[in-house]
Amino acid sequence: MRHTISVLVENKFGVLARISSLFSGRGYNIESLSVGETIDPKTSIMTIVTTGDDRIIEQITKQLNKLIDVIKVTDLTEVDHVEREMVLIKVAPKQDDKAEVLRLTEIFRGRVVDSSPKTYTVEITGDESKINAFVELMRPFGIKEFVRTGKIAIAREGFKK
Amino acid sequence: MKKTGAEIVIECLKREGVKHIFGYPGGVVLNIFDLLYDDKDLKLILTRHEQGAVHAADGYARATGKPGVVLVTSGPGATNTVTGLATANMDSIPVVVLSGQVPTKLIGNDAFQEADIVGITRPCTKHNYLVKDVADLARTIREAFYIATTGRPGPVLIDLPKDVTNDKTNFHWPEKVTLRGYNPKYEGNKWMIKQAAGLIQKAKRPVIIAGGGVISSNASKELRELAELTRIPVIMTLMGLGAFPGTHELSLGMPGMHGSYYANKAIQEADLLVSVGMRFDDRVTGRISDFAPHAKIVHIDIDPTSIRKNVRVDVPIVGDAKRVLRDLVQELKKSEKKQWEAVKKAWLKQLEKWKKEHPYSYEFDEEVIKPQYVVERLYDLTKGDAIISTEVGQNQMWAAQFFKFDKPRTFLTSGGLGTMGYGFPAAMGAQVAFPNKTVIDIAGDGSFQMNIQELATCVTYKLPVKVAILNNMYLGMVRQWQELFYGERYSYSYLDVVPDFVKVAEAYGAVGLRATKPSEVDDVIKEALKVKDKPVVMDFIVDWKEKVYPMVPAGAALDEMILGEEKKKKEKKLRAVK
Ligand SMILES: Cc1ncc(C[n+]2csc(CCOP(=O)(O)OP(=O)(O)O)c2C)c(N)n1
Ligand SMILES: [Mg+2]
Repeated sequence: MRHTISVLVENKFGVLARISSLFSGRGYNIESLSVGETIDPKTSIMTIVTTGDDRIIEQITKQLNKLIDVIKVTDLTEVDHVEREMVLIKVAPKQDDKAEVLRLTEIFRGRVVDSSPKTYTVEITGDESKINAFVELMRPFGIKEFVRTGKIAIAREGFKK
Repeated sequence: MKKTGAEIVIECLKREGVKHIFGYPGGVVLNIFDLLYDDKDLKLILTRHEQGAVHAADGYARATGKPGVVLVTSGPGATNTVTGLATANMDSIPVVVLSGQVPTKLIGNDAFQEADIVGITRPCTKHNYLVKDVADLARTIREAFYIATTGRPGPVLIDLPKDVTNDKTNFHWPEKVTLRGYNPKYEGNKWMIKQAAGLIQKAKRPVIIAGGGVISSNASKELRELAELTRIPVIMTLMGLGAFPGTHELSLGMPGMHGSYYANKAIQEADLLVSVGMRFDDRVTGRISDFAPHAKIVHIDIDPTSIRKNVRVDVPIVGDAKRVLRDLVQELKKSEKKQWEAVKKAWLKQLEKWKKEHPYSYEFDEEVIKPQYVVERLYDLTKGDAIISTEVGQNQMWAAQFFKFDKPRTFLTSGGLGTMGYGFPAAMGAQVAFPNKTVIDIAGDGSFQMNIQELATCVTYKLPVKVAILNNMYLGMVRQWQELFYGERYSYSYLDVVPDFVKVAEAYGAVGLRATKPSEVDDVIKEALKVKDKPVVMDFIVDWKEKVYPMVPAGAALDEMILGEEKKKKEKKLRAVK
């Protein structure tokens, strides 16, 4: 099963390497990983999306906890939480399709953040299903480039463990 | 007062109680070496290879319980420590390695003798550091020792750029270490301990399996109390040998691939395993799906990742072996005094029967020396009062089977990594800590050659380490697998050229002795034990055909043991490829 794990770490040299080498060294999957400082510049939060059966997920959280620079590990999958991801999609629609691309962008509450004579770059934020749905809708118009931030997630207040 | 980084290193090591450093110099650590030149309290043992230095520090740590310390230079000096670090890491041994590094402004430039040792050793240390500012140095060293020696112990490396050892700062040594991401849990959960006690009271066929964790947490007394109170027999993993007296009537010896028949049978028939400070390594469990099929499992370990990693667990207890065992004994004493022995009468009788049916055994021969015989004689002639290290291979298994360890910290062996070349420098480290004890490396002819250069170190520092080579001219354990599982195709396991170890010893200024017949074995050992001021190499020319039994083939269940030679196979003409 797929899990979203939030890892609070010391903002120290080499922390990212420690975490990624833990995953690669033990053969765990990383579907996505995003990192950023928290409100306290001495710490960062990494949001890791990974897959595995219960035994593997238990090992992953324990192994993460074992790292000296890891302060706290929360498996958000077990609590009510909000998750978001942002993507930037560069589409190259034919002249006739341009309006449709703009209309769909609007429906998905996206924004066109750049345009050129042949392309639009669209920014979409949302959970995974929304993003996947938008990507599928854009595919027929010709996606030239596509970047995603990886998921970030936060527990809903009152549900925090 | 301001101190240089090098002065801070020395001061911090002293405050940590360090007396000996194992090391090897080079350009970027000369600031530190210069201070050692006339230091009266800190003694550096100059090994002949950095790998030897780390194994020596590891042996020192295993024998004493105190952290072993290493000082090496950057680049090749640092990379030479990797095998030693990985060895210590797998066996949870507290070792602190200080490695020199190129000056901070050159890091990343592929400077002369630069290696990203923090990157290289990340997966084989408990933690590691690159110190970029002399102001962080004292705190970092303090943290390193704290991390190495607490919780589940392990090696820590500190990388020290040359300029950091030169820079000056106000010296401040923090009394207390606070690391918000590191809080080992020592006390076991009370409710879980009650559950465990409940299972122990009910069990009719229980066994305890003790691992290296019992030794690192100095919990032998508590383990013995538990076993004697409840009359539960004790199995010890390779790493746990010595945690409980090997000569005790309740001892069942070692389990696993080359474990005793009765230990493996006991596990397979048991209705309860009380596992303490061991991690269910595949060499211990055999085929995992058939491991201990009838048993409930209580697992006590300080490292939560060890629990439920390999086997299902009914009662997990995260905590320090010493405290959990103490609490468990207290809990068991509280409950009404049961007829512990009576409940297990049938079980203890069954175990006695298995012990009698298939003890560790070999066939003595008048003409050729059996390797097991050498180990037995070493045991008898030292009366077991020795620190034994081993290399890896058949020698290691025979040492584990035929030497009986009654005390913790007397058996030094590379269990997790299985590092050939470990035993001799480890013995040297133990001898540095205990100059007057008998320290013997039970060695193979292949393994000994991997760190044979440390003879020079032993001669220099008058360390009377004894090396007992079970010389079979083969990478014997490899040969055994090839004989049993590869149709006797001895592919590159024959050591065509084995040096004359007696002459090698003499060339280094050590004593060399040889026995080629069983009748010579005692004389050689007695002669060796007399030597108190230099190393001794005993070259025992043993039967190369001998194999280690019992054997659970890789992937088989624990009770699928090969107990010994089926029948004398007809001697085939064998061809060894070299
Ligand atoms: C550094 C290293 N390389 C290879 C091995 C694989 N290996 C395990 S046992 C063994 C043979 C050891 O030979 P020897 O030291 O002569 O011991 P024996 O088995 O003959 O007693 C080998 C090559 C190892 N354990 N360590
Ligand atoms: Mg050999």
